[in-house]
Amino acid sequence: MPDLLDKYRKLKSRHDALVRFGADAVMLVNERLLSPTRAIINGRETILAGTNNYLGLTFEKECIKAGEQALRDYGTGTTGSRIANGTYALHVALEQALADFMQRQHCMVFSTGFQANLGMIAGLAGSNDTIFIDMDSHASIHDGCRLSGAKVVVFRHNDVEHLRRRLERNPPREGGGRLVIVEGLYSMLGDTAPLREIVALKDEHDFQLLVDEAHSFGVLGETGRGLAEAEGVEDGVDFVVGTFSKSLGGIGGYAVSDHPDFDVLRYASRPYMFTAAPAPASMATTLCILQQISARPQLRQQLWKNAQQLHGGLKTRGFQLGFDGVSPVVAVICPSEEAAVVMWNALLENGVYVNLALPPGTPNKLALLRCSVSAAHTAEEIDAVIDAFVAARDAMLAMMAQQSG
Amino acid sequence: MGEDIAQTILRLLQPYNKDDVALTAETNIAADLNIDSADVLNFVMEVEDEFDIDISVNELADIHTVAQLAELVKSRLPG
Repeated sequence: MPDLLDKYRKLKSRHDALVRFGADAVMLVNERLLSPTRAIINGRETILAGTNNYLGLTFEKECIKAGEQALRDYGTGTTGSRIANGTYALHVALEQALADFMQRQHCMVFSTGFQANLGMIAGLAGSNDTIFIDMDSHASIHDGCRLSGAKVVVFRHNDVEHLRRRLERNPPREGGGRLVIVEGLYSMLGDTAPLREIVALKDEHDFQLLVDEAHSFGVLGETGRGLAEAEGVEDGVDFVVGTFSKSLGGIGGYAVSDHPDFDVLRYASRPYMFTAAPAPASMATTLCILQQISARPQLRQQLWKNAQQLHGGLKTRGFQLGFDGVSPVVAVICPSEEAAVVMWNALLENGVYVNLALPPGTPNKLALLRCSVSAAHTAEEIDAVIDAFVAARDAMLAMMAQQSG
Repeated sequence: MGEDIAQTILRLLQPYNKDDVALTAETNIAADLNIDSADVLNFVMEVEDEFDIDISVNELADIHTVAQLAELVKSRLPG
């Protein structure tokens, strides 16, 4: 009988081959956090440029205090699921605050963003239904589809015509509905979904629409409600999923909707029902940061100003970026996986952390050094990131020349 | 007819054959070619375009070889 882990031998040898260029990106440890944009890594003070901490609110004094108070008032954990003993006043308060913020009737809070997608998709769709997803969807969307048992049809990334053809060829099955799922802002390249055109498809085709605003919440739209707000099509979006682990600086996820029967998912969605409710301190800090996001729209302006600086700076220095437009996600395309790993290590040695993103987790087999900008970055920090990229490229080119020579 | 479909599939599969293994009707697409899940989706989309059909992700679960994929494509074509 083969060992159960034998099937990963190829995966492991690929990983081992990449690790020989330096540190292991998967095992990276932040020894200490100094601020939303600084940490001690390998004993060195490092600028964090790959944290999805878009609004930089993780060290807000008031919110840390709110978390401490929740620890005192409610204890360390809930020790139970939302449908048993795990629902505290804090969960209900956060759900109400999120519903208000998103201007929706209903909100459910989940223990992680990943589970919010699993719980919503598997809760909404069943074996008679058909789900249409973008090819570059997050793993939690792909896995939610699998868990649902629905028929799953994939369309090319942001290709509205392809989606239209798929809808035409896959009419609703006997007794089944149809669900289209897209993301507000795609995390790897930083591009957005053509949401207005997708909503317009509803004029000709019957389907319900779910938008994952994980990366766009707090980032896009006049008040930070995401891409649907920015595009003025919130009425066409039936369900919104989001996460606490990006702009909201916590851990957990949510879904909001105006559907009158939305709350049935509380006792139909297994990933919601059969996991412990999120920790009280996490609910309290998320609630506090949500209030900060409402009260301080200037954070969003600063974020976009910083995004412009990083995007423009890297472009001027000849880096090929994954997306032409300015976005809080700035992905540098590397010539190969090896080049990406060498540059990632050089960046780290120069005191800059970014995400190393390799296939199959990336679109079109791209090897990426993915940055996410924060409103908390100073102009000097962003300049330092740009300089570190130039130095890393020089180091990589020198190494490649040495190898071929 | 079945052979033509398989040949077309083999042609579409060739660009994914980085290790240059011998491609036959019995080739196991994912295992023999060592291609990842994203590449399998890309390849299947090209097959869908070529024959103007739809193949759902669920159906792929039971498809391993070129011959099995050809059989599925054949069942989708009109007539």
